[in-house]
Amino acid sequence: MSALRFTEQPLSHWMKTTGAESDIVISSRVRIARNLLKHPFPLLATNQHLAEVQEELKEVLTDSRLKTFGELLPIELSQLDELNKKMLVEKHLISPNLANESRNGAVFISDDESLSIMVNEEDHLRIQCLYPGFQIKEAWEKATAVDDIFEDHVNYAFDDRRGYLTSCPTNVGTGLRASVMMHLPALVLTQQINRILSAVSQIGLTVRGIYGEGSEAMGNLFQISNQITLGQSEAEIIDNLRSVVLQIIGHEKAARERLINESRLRVTDRVMRSFGILSYAAMIDSKESAQRLSDVRLGVDLGLIEGITPQCLNELMVLTQPGFLYKSYDGKMEPGEMDTFRAKLIREKLGNSLK
Amino acid sequence: MLCQECGKRPASLHFSKIVNGEKSEYHLCETCARDKGELIPGTSGGFSIHNLLSGLLNFETVEQGKRASNPENLRCEVCGMTYSQFSKMGRFGCSSCYKYFNDRLDPLFKRVHGSTVHTGKVPVRVGGEILTKRKIQDLKRHLQDSINHEEFETAAQLRDEIRELERQISE
Repeated sequence: MSALRFTEQPLSHWMKTTGAESDIVISSRVRIARNLLKHPFPLLATNQHLAEVQEELKEVLTDSRLKTFGELLPIELSQLDELNKKMLVEKHLISPNLANESRNGAVFISDDESLSIMVNEEDHLRIQCLYPGFQIKEAWEKATAVDDIFEDHVNYAFDDRRGYLTSCPTNVGTGLRASVMMHLPALVLTQQINRILSAVSQIGLTVRGIYGEGSEAMGNLFQISNQITLGQSEAEIIDNLRSVVLQIIGHEKAARERLINESRLRVTDRVMRSFGILSYAAMIDSKESAQRLSDVRLGVDLGLIEGITPQCLNELMVLTQPGFLYKSYDGKMEPGEMDTFRAKLIREKLGNSLK
Repeated sequence: MLCQECGKRPASLHFSKIVNGEKSEYHLCETCARDKGELIPGTSGGFSIHNLLSGLLNFETVEQGKRASNPENLRCEVCGMTYSQFSKMGRFGCSSCYKYFNDRLDPLFKRVHGSTVHTGKVPVRVGGEILTKRKIQDLKRHLQDSINHEEFETAAQLRDEIRELERQISE
């Protein structure tokens, strides 16, 4: 058994399908944090403790009810080389924290890759569900069902006043982080984005770049998630996020409409220039490629570019990350050649997709 | 004005931080400000949620230190983490830390979440009693409603239901 099958393909099954509002919402993700009662949190636990935690959680995988979520493959982080870890991070199947800092860390990944269960990250157990498009409620329902099965076998650290106890005080209570990744090029182009994002942050939600904590927003992709985990029920958190995302979708749609009605020529020019650069450039860095791919995606959504599928763009989003890029060229790449290979890969993919 | 961190040197850096709409003001001397470099906007270096949190917690200790006798002695008997370690790292050592640091957590949770009590999901196996308690709370609200509306038959039913549940808990 190997983790390789998850890094062979850049596209997870979920990325090949589309969900609701998938022209604006790329994906919906829910993560719930849980800890086992009798062990210290991973920060202070001994390796022995963490090995026991891993063992205990692995045993739960034998519960036949988990079969409904597909086959879950357990992978120990210690068995992975740096490149494969990096690629799992780039696919959002594991967190950078689990990849780099965990002791006795493991991950259980379902065959369609929509469910990944991290062991000994910052908390003992982190259940993550990833869905395409705007399906945050569906993601929560799946995560909570998986949570129920685990709870049947292990004793969670739970307090009737504070809820589920987590290592970091920012997760206590529900342990729930629900996030929606949105592509908002028209709001950025019409310079409304800052106003909207600052409004969002005033109502208990946060906005981040696509690789979570501390990453900048690249390619007009924004991750909107709940900040508050204590004092609101899971349903309230999900509903709150849903209604805010719906409003942002409305604003983005209106902004796109205005762009195409009022500045059709300028938008077409911008989109086509980016399409041209991606189709012919000899070198491109990750920041520029993210921006150009965002322009092309907008062009596809507005019907200005034909023959490119959203799936192709999703694939490029993952493939142009350093780990996957390295893998695509079989490790024959020198450090300075990253931009050259990235440009080559994009040229080929866009060319293939046009044929 | 003296620096609120060391209380010795004059404060030369003044800034306010707004978390969940609650504004807090900080007055620091240069030395302490440099030690807490991550708190100053515009300085480079890692700035994570944990830095930010431990910032909140550290200041908390100083503020409370003036009132409480010896907060540094606060210690989780299970994993051995002290409150001052917790305030540096911004993370708990084990689930019992929540119990031992309980007295100091309300202001922290209030700032981070705007609330101090969990109202969401409860695990089925260990949470049976909690669920019953919540149900009693619910029924009591209904009871009050029906009394207000002079629906005494419903009220009597609800009262019996509440008694039954309370009896279950006390067993």
